[in-house]
Amino acid sequence: MFRQAAHRLLTRSTTIRRLYSTEVATDASSGDSAFVEAWKKVAPNIDPPKTPIQFMEPRPPTPSTLPSKLTVNFVLPYAAELSKAEVDMVIVPATTGQMGILPGHVPTIAELKPGLLSVHEGNDVKKYFISSGFAFVHSNSYTDILAVEAVPLDRIDPAQVQKGLSEFTQKLSSASTDLDKAEAQIGVDVHSALNSALTG
Amino acid sequence: MAMAALRREGRRFVPLAYSPTPINAIRSTLAPTEEQVGLGVRSISTQVVRNRMKSVKNIQKITKAMKMVAASKLRAIQVRAENSRGLWQPFTALLGDTPSVNVKKNVIVTISSDKGLCGGINSTSVKISRALHKINSGPETESKYVILGEKGKAQLTRDSKNDIELIMTELQKNFLNYTQVSVLADDILKNVEFDALRIVFNKFQSVVSFLPTTATVLSPEVVERESEAGGKIGDLDSYEIEGGETKSEVLQNLAEFQFSCVMFNAVLENACSEQGARMSAMDSSSRNAGEMLDRLTLTYNRTRQASITTELTEIISGASALEG
Repeated sequence: MFRQAAHRLLTRSTTIRRLYSTEVATDASSGDSAFVEAWKKVAPNIDPPKTPIQFMEPRPPTPSTLPSKLTVNFVLPYAAELSKAEVDMVIVPATTGQMGILPGHVPTIAELKPGLLSVHEGNDVKKYFISSGFAFVHSNSYTDILAVEAVPLDRIDPAQVQKGLSEFTQKLSSASTDLDKAEAQIGVDVHSALNSALTG
Repeated sequence: MAMAALRREGRRFVPLAYSPTPINAIRSTLAPTEEQVGLGVRSISTQVVRNRMKSVKNIQKITKAMKMVAASKLRAIQVRAENSRGLWQPFTALLGDTPSVNVKKNVIVTISSDKGLCGGINSTSVKISRALHKINSGPETESKYVILGEKGKAQLTRDSKNDIELIMTELQKNFLNYTQVSVLADDILKNVEFDALRIVFNKFQSVVSFLPTTATVLSPEVVERESEAGGKIGDLDSYEIEGGETKSEVLQNLAEFQFSCVMFNAVLENACSEQGARMSAMDSSSRNAGEMLDRLTLTYNRTRQASITTELTEIISGASALEG
């Protein structure tokens, strides 16, 4: 009973308003001043709406020396898998092939195809299979990886992958319209990528 | 006892015969019943007040239930909205935020709710959309609307019918997910020509505060133009492009992906704000109903006691008249 009371006292005295991890106070920046000016001319009685940049933490500027770690944000529509994780290297499946990103990488916008994403931190390697997306590498060694779906490799069933591959190959050979062909081709691509990710 | 009952029965019919304004007696609350007393009629019908109390109590129950439903829906959707917040940040980090961009074809995407009783959030969105429309329609520029949601459609078709390109309703009938929103975004991108898309929605900050927000998505040509002109997107050129054959192809895919990501977040945030606003509206409504019920109870008791007193005085004066 005393432990509970002490715990309650402690939390009450040290609780501050918990901010969400992905945003800061809304008046972090005053927003686009030209927009606010134009707004005031047209609708002086209504407050101008907020813009996304006011809800975002500003990114740090480019450091003068090479940073030792890469800061990775790996986001999906339904979750933020990694948020500002400090890692050594990431390998992303760009459409031109597997691309490794180390700290100090030149700023890049890379389109991703379905494939294996691996995050290397010391001796830890986390592997995900991602559907397509984009990867941005900024000059301050921040990397944003956006994907629509991502699954850790151990949750994939190899038997299902084989079945899907043979199914879609069959559909491709029997496809008649362009749309059907494109859909079947996509299925084949994804399943063969899954296959090579599981075996490779 | 029987005579008192009979007398009370008589009183209930007398107001209808004698009062000059019979309709008002049923509709409005208390003043007419007192007028009837002045006309020489002894009865004050407590039935009217009792009916009103019953209906107000029902309203209180219904609004309290609606508040609980909205609270539970809010809990479910708030988690998803918070998780989707990381999705639009990389785009803003890369391309910056340019709501003041000056382009020829603007499309304003207004996100509103399908159901009502959610406070003022839909009117706020519509007001902001109209102001954006005014800012962006000049001699060389034009702006059109794409409306999501019944309430926005109802308000905007009233005066801007010609400027509406596309209307979509009943988004929340099925569970909101990324696939559905990306199909929607695809629809919009295919059917509407745009240089800049301005998405207007209510961002959910807390259960009592919803901030109207506008997010801007530029078409790839405008992105190229702005990056050459310098300014916020100026260092886009310094980025190497991997994948795709040409830079413009990658930028096209990027713009489409950005639109669907920003839309997904916007739709979830607006749904959250809708539930939060409905919660607070229903809460204040049930509180008002409770206050009204208190006032009516007092009036009911007063009229009841007054009628008992009148009865008593009649009996006593009658009795004393007989004796004396």
